[in-house]
Amino acid sequence: MNTSLHSAAAAGFKRRAFLQSSAALSLLGLAGCASLSGTPSKAKVVVIGGGYGGATAAKYVRLLSDYKIDVVLIEPQDAFISCPISNLVLGGSKQMGDITTSYAGLSKNHGIKVVKDYASAVDTAKKTVTLAGGATIAYDKLVVSPGIELMFDSIDGLKQANASGQILQAWKAGAETVALRKQLQAMPDGGVYALTIPEAPYRCPPGPYERASVIAAYFKAAKPRSKVLILDANSDVTSKGPLFKKVWAEQYKGILEYRGQHKATAVDAKAGIIKFDVQDDVKANVLNVLPAMRAGTIAVQTGLNNQANNRWCGVNYLTFESTAAKDVHVLGDSIQIAPGMPKSGHMANNHGKVAAAAIVAQLSGLDVNPAPMLTNTCYSFVDPKNVIHVASVHEYVAAEKTFKTVAGSGGVSPGPTELEGVYALNWASNIWADTLV
Amino acid sequence: MRTQTIASLTMSLLCLALGAQAQDKPQSAGSKEALYSKSLAATCANCHGTNGKVVEGSSVTSLAGLDSNYIVAQMKAFKSGARPATVMHQISKGYNDAQIESLAAYFAAQKK
Repeated sequence: MNTSLHSAAAAGFKRRAFLQSSAALSLLGLAGCASLSGTPSKAKVVVIGGGYGGATAAKYVRLLSDYKIDVVLIEPQDAFISCPISNLVLGGSKQMGDITTSYAGLSKNHGIKVVKDYASAVDTAKKTVTLAGGATIAYDKLVVSPGIELMFDSIDGLKQANASGQILQAWKAGAETVALRKQLQAMPDGGVYALTIPEAPYRCPPGPYERASVIAAYFKAAKPRSKVLILDANSDVTSKGPLFKKVWAEQYKGILEYRGQHKATAVDAKAGIIKFDVQDDVKANVLNVLPAMRAGTIAVQTGLNNQANNRWCGVNYLTFESTAAKDVHVLGDSIQIAPGMPKSGHMANNHGKVAAAAIVAQLSGLDVNPAPMLTNTCYSFVDPKNVIHVASVHEYVAAEKTFKTVAGSGGVSPGPTELEGVYALNWASNIWADTLV
Repeated sequence: MRTQTIASLTMSLLCLALGAQAQDKPQSAGSKEALYSKSLAATCANCHGTNGKVVEGSSVTSLAGLDSNYIVAQMKAFKSGARPATVMHQISKGYNDAQIESLAAYFAAQKK
């Protein structure tokens, strides 16, 4: 105890973390001033979803309110598993542990009550959230950040093929990331890995091209007679196109092939066949089929998906408050994007901060910031070391009630470099800490 | 004896910590200007860490506690191209002079 106190003090230990530890509370007889167990029946702010959007919103409501506003975060997973960098797990240069972060930092460092459960219903009139476990939590402000729902039904046969583990998506990083890596390892040299991409907008525009590239790098090194086949429903590469195509021509000639205008309509898992609306069938050894996406399930169940044929959730961009329900803020991949705004983890983190500031202002009787800003930086690995990026800065334009990219800002890399590879991994460790620690 | 010493040390540390925490709360916590400046600075935190403090071992610059004039000068150098960069020449162009002044003042006031 003595030693640990000294070493902790020497290391500039986190005061709040120490104060909020159960040991410190019981020592001071303060048990009860913070809820350390059980699900609270109400909170000023309830957040559904502990991804880049929701976890950031939870942390920043605490930070921006100087820890005056209590926050409950509902998340069914044990730990946060990052989609960014997960393609490197498929390529074999990173492990699941490298992309996993505990939720403990949010509770220990910021006093957020993290409830491991699944939000099964929201009553926007009564302002309550019901959990799968049965508990009900009342809120003053609700943040809904459930990410995406994969529309398996949009491709015939995919739902069953995915449920049986034969055709994976691995677009939500987790168990499927591990399983897809195993399929790639088990594939014989000379085999074909086929990746289908849905029409934009979908989660992480450059993500599929990064995935294809790092898997091509793995094939080149480990099973060079194998092939990566990209079957894109879009007519051309949707993000960093010239950069990816240059890499494919220079590094992966004969290994990686890109085919645009291939919209998958059906799969036959047993035969290893993908069918398309116009083009010929494709046969492959490993099928990685990404169906169309829409707002996360709870957002749809709550009726927040009021845009683009009920696929995405409309928000007031100044506050990220839903245009379908009062005091409900929707973040991240679930929203109807503003012009030039990608569905990315970085962007969701920034949504979380703008929403948190708006919520703190509204709950404190202050005017909401009339000029919020967002940034985005998406790094893509083209092999285990070399990286390209796309970056942008977005400002709220009051006259048009939307975000627009600031004229003259942003851009892409001139080409892949190892230096950007270092920055990409630094970006990851810093955004994970900014979101969760 | 030793246990008592440790216990009292623990209590005094906690009291110090509690006192410090109470004093730490800025008087301006309720001001909208403080809220806006904090949330503008938060747009840098993805790469430069919450409140400008990067994680250990990161090669991205920690902004916390840097001189505000230095931050302003670097942002202007990124904008003009005088300081080469991988991404900051593109990000810096998204912020106007008033925003850069606000960011610089915020990060300069953070503990290293």
